[in-house]
Amino acid sequence: MTVLRAASAGPHANGANTRPLRKFLLRHPGVARLGVVVVLLIIWEICARWFMDPLFVAPPSRVFTSLGAVWATEGVPAALRITLFELAIAFAIAVAVGLPVGLAIGLQPFARRSLMPIVLLVYGLPQITILPLFILFFGIGPPSKIAFGVTHGIFPIVITVVAGVQNLKPILLTSARSMGASRWQMLRYVIFPHMIPSFFAGMRLGMSGVLLGVLLAELYVSTAGIGYFTQMFTQNFDPTKLFGLIAMLAAMAIVLNEIVRRAENHFSRWR
Amino acid sequence: MTRRGERTQQLASRAVQIGFLLGLLVLWYLATNFWGVNRLLLPNPVSVWHQFVDVVASGNYLPDLRVTATEFAVAFVLATASGTVVGYMVSRSRYFTRVFEPLLAGIFSVPIILFLPLYVLFFGLGPASKIALGTTISFFPVTLATIAGFGNVDRTLVTAARSMGASDYQLFRYVLLPAAMPVIMGGLRIGFTIALLSILGSETIASLAGLGHHIVELAEDMDMARMFAYIVFVVLMVALLNFAVSYLEARGRRHR
Repeated sequence: MTVLRAASAGPHANGANTRPLRKFLLRHPGVARLGVVVVLLIIWEICARWFMDPLFVAPPSRVFTSLGAVWATEGVPAALRITLFELAIAFAIAVAVGLPVGLAIGLQPFARRSLMPIVLLVYGLPQITILPLFILFFGIGPPSKIAFGVTHGIFPIVITVVAGVQNLKPILLTSARSMGASRWQMLRYVIFPHMIPSFFAGMRLGMSGVLLGVLLAELYVSTAGIGYFTQMFTQNFDPTKLFGLIAMLAAMAIVLNEIVRRAENHFSRWR
Repeated sequence: MTRRGERTQQLASRAVQIGFLLGLLVLWYLATNFWGVNRLLLPNPVSVWHQFVDVVASGNYLPDLRVTATEFAVAFVLATASGTVVGYMVSRSRYFTRVFEPLLAGIFSVPIILFLPLYVLFFGLGPASKIALGTTISFFPVTLATIAGFGNVDRTLVTAARSMGASDYQLFRYVLLPAAMPVIMGGLRIGFTIALLSILGSETIASLAGLGHHIVELAEDMDMARMFAYIVFVVLMVALLNFAVSYLEARGRRHR
């Protein structure tokens, strides 16, 4: 609670009676942030241990110690591997298709004006309503998850790539052309370097789209993936394992997001 | 470009759009009627149309529509109220912003749909779990946009208003709110879309009633034509809603 009180004093608290802890926290917001997380975890621990039904909530300490047991459960490592595999394939397909399509639409003013409204229209639709169709077409195995992930991931990529191409300064293209650049040279030295920030922004949005699509399909129906195990743990009223599995998946999602974000920072540094 | 050239271009791109959609319809018709695609995979567009007319005319979409619309309205109102209040309070202090903003953004980047089994465990299969999930999911973009909106108000505007003797309320009403509004509107827009998506999604995955539930039920009955009709219906409803929101947003922007 000290953390909260110190934080609530705000930035105007550098009066004469500033204590060292408060001063330290004011200078390091990251530490205070960690403190907030720890306080939340402690509240959760107390509530789960003494005030709530153990059939529904598990305290974080027990969840943490159960991670090993979850991992050792027959089939869980394989399920996580399947989900990761589905995510990777879906993301690869979404980028491989979305990037050229985005470039093709973005570089042609006519194509942009005629096709972009269709892309935006389709992107705005609730794709979840056609999830049963994906299961019908592709079965209940990994292909339907991959397909659903691709359709969720591809639109953000196309849209940001088109926006990135649109933001290219025309003077750069004109001057490159007047200096006699070939089509490939234009792509390689003018368009790609200037596209990198929006490209990676699209990759990030695409990654969260793919995650959403694959996880939705997994939760809807699955024979061996993580959807199956979340169902099983929920139906067995085994919240410790359920929380553990979800924590693992959340960690996976955070790591994937972080990889794309790092790549974005790395490649847009030249600016 | 001349004005006339622009007009022809616009007409041409409209023609391409309409042609694209018509082409899809024709392909669909040919595929089901002549190329022997299984009716269980892809129903005939004509029978889908008949079913669609029947769904709309008979009005038996009403109970499901009522459930989904109520869930969505409650979730969005809750998320808007809590998100703007929390966002405003965080944005009041630069220190709070630096402590909480990365935390909220971090949680936002996790696909919250993962926690759906937990929500079903806590709140049951009924509307409560959908409302809770929709609220949680749309809370984050609204809060983050509110923080960004109030946090980036030009300091000179605030100082000027203060030096002209504006009260706290006046400062909020005439300076901070109008300056932050466009950014907050953007966040509300995102929250609106993903609340709708997550509610339809959780209805599809685990529920007792609602449009998403009905579609799954039809899929399990292999009543494909009617299921397509329902999908078309939901898609039209969502498109209408989106259109209405865009219209309101544009109006709000003009009035500023």
